[in-house]
Amino acid sequence: MSGAIAKAFARAKARGEGALVAYGMAGDPDLPRSVDVFTAMVEGGADIVEVGVAFSDPIADGPVIQGAAERALKAGSTLKRVLDEVVPELHRRCPETPLVIMTYVNVIMAMGEERFAKLARERGVSGVILPDLPPEESGSLRATFDASGVDLIPLCAPTTPPARAEAIAKDARGFVYCVAVSGVTGMRAELPADLSQRLELVRKASPMPVVAGFGISTAEQAHTLSAHADGVVVGSALVRAAHAEGPQAARALCAEIKRGLKR
Amino acid sequence: MNTQTAVGRFGRFGGRYVPETLVPALMELEEAYAAARADPTFDAEVAQVLREFVGRPTTLTPARRLTEAWGGAHVWLKREDLAHTGAHKINNTVGQVLLARRMGKKRIIAETGAGQHGVATATACALFGLPCEVFMGALDVERQALNVFRMRALGAVVRPVESGSRTLKDAMNEAMRTWVSQVSDTHYVIGSAAGPHPYPTVVRDFQAIIGRELRTQAQAAFGKLPDAIVACVGGGSNAIGVLHPFIGDPSVRLIGVEAGGHGLDSGQHGASLTLGTEGVLHGSRSLVLQDADGQIQEAHSISAGLDYPGVGPELAHLAKTGRMEVRTATDDEALASFYEVARLEGILPALETSHAFARGRELARELGAGKYLVINCSGRGDKDVATISARGVPPAVGVKP
Repeated sequence: MSGAIAKAFARAKARGEGALVAYGMAGDPDLPRSVDVFTAMVEGGADIVEVGVAFSDPIADGPVIQGAAERALKAGSTLKRVLDEVVPELHRRCPETPLVIMTYVNVIMAMGEERFAKLARERGVSGVILPDLPPEESGSLRATFDASGVDLIPLCAPTTPPARAEAIAKDARGFVYCVAVSGVTGMRAELPADLSQRLELVRKASPMPVVAGFGISTAEQAHTLSAHADGVVVGSALVRAAHAEGPQAARALCAEIKRGLKR
Repeated sequence: MNTQTAVGRFGRFGGRYVPETLVPALMELEEAYAAARADPTFDAEVAQVLREFVGRPTTLTPARRLTEAWGGAHVWLKREDLAHTGAHKINNTVGQVLLARRMGKKRIIAETGAGQHGVATATACALFGLPCEVFMGALDVERQALNVFRMRALGAVVRPVESGSRTLKDAMNEAMRTWVSQVSDTHYVIGSAAGPHPYPTVVRDFQAIIGRELRTQAQAAFGKLPDAIVACVGGGSNAIGVLHPFIGDPSVRLIGVEAGGHGLDSGQHGASLTLGTEGVLHGSRSLVLQDADGQIQEAHSISAGLDYPGVGPELAHLAKTGRMEVRTATDDEALASFYEVARLEGILPALETSHAFARGRELARELGAGKYLVINCSGRGDKDVATISARGVPPAVGVKP
């Protein structure tokens, strides 16, 4: 298991904060400048960076990340290039920050599970999130990742029944990604009323930290959730800010969310 | 014959690669479907609607002039173009909308390429009084204006999808994204034998009525099973529907015809079985058109219904195991066949179906005299007349231009 992810959560906890998992799209607007965006997120206080790798048919994503994926593909982003050009440079600039790849299962399959796991490990990737890979389909991939020491981070959804959520949590690697809303990625004005209960249920069952993601974009939301989770994921809001105003906007938004995460 | 090798799997293909949010809904659908199948009243209800409303059984028609012109096997046509709404798609939408009603779902969403599945879904929703929203690539909205009107006339809301290639694959992405947001009270009627488990099985079962009828009709018409059956393949619902009941009959050759588009070398085609590689698209592992980095490529076909870079997992399995033979027909060949069938048989076949006809000629010759070839006439060409007439109509037979 990746020690880097556990250490990042422990460091945040020791400072009395929830952890911020910050998502960006590798290759948006192009590969080198996306490294600047990721670096700015870490400077703004991100504890873990989720490196999005674009896929042409992103069924779990809303319009903001979909748009970013289209731009990244046009800029020539591929999984291979992200592992060669984004991850090593980001790892060099932010050696303490765990990097987690987020993409779709077809992108990994095309490279080959074993080849990806080996490259990911060599380049310093700590974990992988695949939103279209439910536990039933993850057997072989997870065995490959386990053998390489790369965490396959599972997702729980609002529609996941309690027994299934507990099973997912018990068997988690890295952390458990609790999807906050029934829907695709993107900012929401309101989060569901029963979210805190669901987070507590997963937290009780999980040996790993639990984070909430999808729909979270403000310091207030982060503050509310940090009472029930070990951290939050912010994606679309950061992608939108970076696209509109560049790295400094992503840095500022991370800093603001981090203030909300203070307990 | 059972081609399912494990739950939701056809050999290496199939599965359920979807966001966790949808997994419980797919499990619920799987259970509800199993319960419905075990309940004779459900089958009886579906059968009654198919008989009274859809007009089943569709006829098996001898194509005497094609038989004569091609100079080989006897050619017969399974006439899904005569089903209500003009294509086989209605078999599945009636079944799924009845299933959705049984599950207490309040609304229906669907995706459509050529518009036939959208029209069929809108029709079933009108019949049973459920609100219906159809996602359709913006490009397809333009080229299938007649079907867009039909859906709206039937009370459905048509949502043009502007992302990606603005065709069927993008409509399916958008329908899935919408379903993730509304999964508690909405049923997603997938139109092809594709998508996550249990859809490939559900759609195939509702479409297998085509092949079951054909078995009975062939015995009555020519006293034996056909020697070969040919169907066009996009996602593959008409193909799996007509072919599936014959998988266990080794004497029956099963042939699928894919969209060759501008030619297999052109990079512009829809031939996923012929040139696709293993991948995951729209929730199932199958053969897909993709680049080396796993990005899905845009398919091309003159026929919007074959313009899809994937194919149902069961057909991928049948193709890989050799049980189904796979051929392709180009846009131009399909167009030529459209006129040939129109002028020799008095039938305007859909452009999708015209691909199956395009390979019929050589198949009839390969089989030879005394053999029986059945072509699945999956839909009628009324929806395509604007596309086809825009290219100019060849002069009438025996009349000097």
